[in-house]
Amino acid sequence: MSDKKTVAVLGNFTDPNKIMEAAAKVHQSGYTDFDIYTPYPVHGLDKAMGVKRTILPYISFGGGMFGLSNAIFLIWWTGSVDYKLNIGGKPLFAFQFSIPVMFELTVLLTGLATFFGLWFLCGLPKWHSDLQDDEGFQRAVDDTFVLSIFSSDKRFSLETTERFMNEIGADNVRRIEA
Amino acid sequence: MSVETVTKTAPRNVVDHLDATAYHGNPYPVEEPMREPLVLGNPSLHDVTAKIAGIIEGKPNLKYWIAVLICASIAGAGFGAIGETVMTGIGVWGSNNTIGWAWDITNFVFWIGIGHAGTLISAILYLFRQKWRTAINRSAEAMTIFAVLCAGIFPVIHTGRPWLAYWLTPYPNQMQMWVNFRSPLVWDVFAVSTYLTVSALFWFMGLVPDLATVRNFVKGKIAKRLYTFFSLGWTGSMRNWHHYEIAYMILAGLSTPLVLSVHTIVSMDFATSVLPGWHTTIFPPYFVAGAIFSGFAMVMTLLVIAREILGLKEFITLKHLENMNKIILATGMMVGYAYSMEFFIAWYSGNEYERTVFINRAFGEYWWAYWSMVSCNVLSPQVYWFKKARRNIPLMFVISIFVNIGMWFERFTIISTSLHHDFLPSSWSYYTPTMVEVGIFVGTIGLFLTLFLLFSKYLPVIAISEIKGVMPGSQPTHHGDEHH
Repeated sequence: MSDKKTVAVLGNFTDPNKIMEAAAKVHQSGYTDFDIYTPYPVHGLDKAMGVKRTILPYISFGGGMFGLSNAIFLIWWTGSVDYKLNIGGKPLFAFQFSIPVMFELTVLLTGLATFFGLWFLCGLPKWHSDLQDDEGFQRAVDDTFVLSIFSSDKRFSLETTERFMNEIGADNVRRIEA
Repeated sequence: MSVETVTKTAPRNVVDHLDATAYHGNPYPVEEPMREPLVLGNPSLHDVTAKIAGIIEGKPNLKYWIAVLICASIAGAGFGAIGETVMTGIGVWGSNNTIGWAWDITNFVFWIGIGHAGTLISAILYLFRQKWRTAINRSAEAMTIFAVLCAGIFPVIHTGRPWLAYWLTPYPNQMQMWVNFRSPLVWDVFAVSTYLTVSALFWFMGLVPDLATVRNFVKGKIAKRLYTFFSLGWTGSMRNWHHYEIAYMILAGLSTPLVLSVHTIVSMDFATSVLPGWHTTIFPPYFVAGAIFSGFAMVMTLLVIAREILGLKEFITLKHLENMNKIILATGMMVGYAYSMEFFIAWYSGNEYERTVFINRAFGEYWWAYWSMVSCNVLSPQVYWFKKARRNIPLMFVISIFVNIGMWFERFTIISTSLHHDFLPSSWSYYTPTMVEVGIFVGTIGLFLTLFLLFSKYLPVIAISEIKGVMPGSQPTHHGDEHH
């Protein structure tokens, strides 16, 4: 054989209850570098896997605050510092008339931060995966749950991990080489 | 016998509460036996993929291309009319000194309003856990984006010099001037562009997992490359889904106040002026309700056709259509309430200008526009009090067209009747559109339909991953952290 080495051990599931139990078992036996590929978000599966709560809301919040502060600064500075626009003797700056634009820019920047933050946290776009040639893995976006334990995990050892996958009820346990 | 015989009220029907017990604290209940199923025919997960991605993989027939050609030609004619406007100036329109805002601003408000249903379905119904939205949210969101694109055309050409439209935004320039942030028209620029951007982001984010499904389904080499590119390499990793679901929630939570703000700000274009007929505080809620009303009517018009042609009856069921009809009835009543309240306040305020404008609106030269609006928007949806009518497909198609027409007339009535009788009787005027204006409006309908046709063929019309997630048996019956 070539110099290819195993990067992951994969196993399939079809029952949402089984994958839930399997995820909990993988997590409890101390594996950390594993993932489950599913066609739709399975509720509670992330918790069973021991996934830490995402920091995305903080990114969104940061984006929103950036938008809000910029809006206030923009309206205040352009209207009452850089070019004093006297409209019927009304105040050069007031929060009342600024609210619509402040709101819209807050929403806009929160939206952009959420959108780009999401892809950043997911590590996307990434048009290559070591698993991409595996037929079962390709069906993960269709109708199969695929559990993958990566060889980069500290507890990973080819035989034990394979045996463990079979024990927790995975079908078609196989190695992926790259 | 005593007159005060107490009649005991019968205990409330317990069946109403059975639905609630199915939840068990789980926001995504697994079975709801009391309700109609959301997907008919009990397909497998792969069947769902094959059905929806199959629309993309299948070769479109001649009828499809004829439809695209017709719609695109209409859009092309519309762009021709826009060209005529730009080359000659907006003098080719029927608007005049008295009626400065006419057909174009009517169309702007009309199209913006159409978009609102998409956001309502994708965001507000999501936050309210209305699972039936999953079958229709994708197409409704697409409709939002296309409608906002059509809407954006009108204020830009209304400026007369569309190549200077960037003057609407604050940017450092050689004139050393800035926009006036006290003007609702500037608020509009921010509201509409934010709305378009956030709707597009939300829509694209929702598409990514489905594009990955399509990527693995299609066979063609170019198609595969394109879907691969736009799916960003989505794998369905649960670690990604975890971020994704929170992102979806945040964007839904953002879009909800956003959609309310957009039509509120559009209504402020009118309400903050001192013109009788426009200067009313009821405008923001009245406009938002009207927007949702008209948007749902448009979703209905398109979906009744799409489910028939694309064969999506097991996903877009009568239950979905019935629910939408209920919303049309509810929002139609709100709009009707606003019409009557406007009249009441015109009388109650004791302001003679206000009163004159409203009497003139209903019985003046534009009486036909006013009564078209009332009969289409308030009277026609009343049939939806009856379940038979709510589930009658030809009828709902007709009513949805009526509502579309009625809501267009609403904006026309508000704009033209309030303007055409100025404070100075010598400036009183009457407005009739020219062919160029009609051409631009019909052109935007063509553009909207062309975009929708292309969308329905080349993108998943139904949110595949979302529909899979609400199918019976697709979610675990217990949660990983709550073992008994």
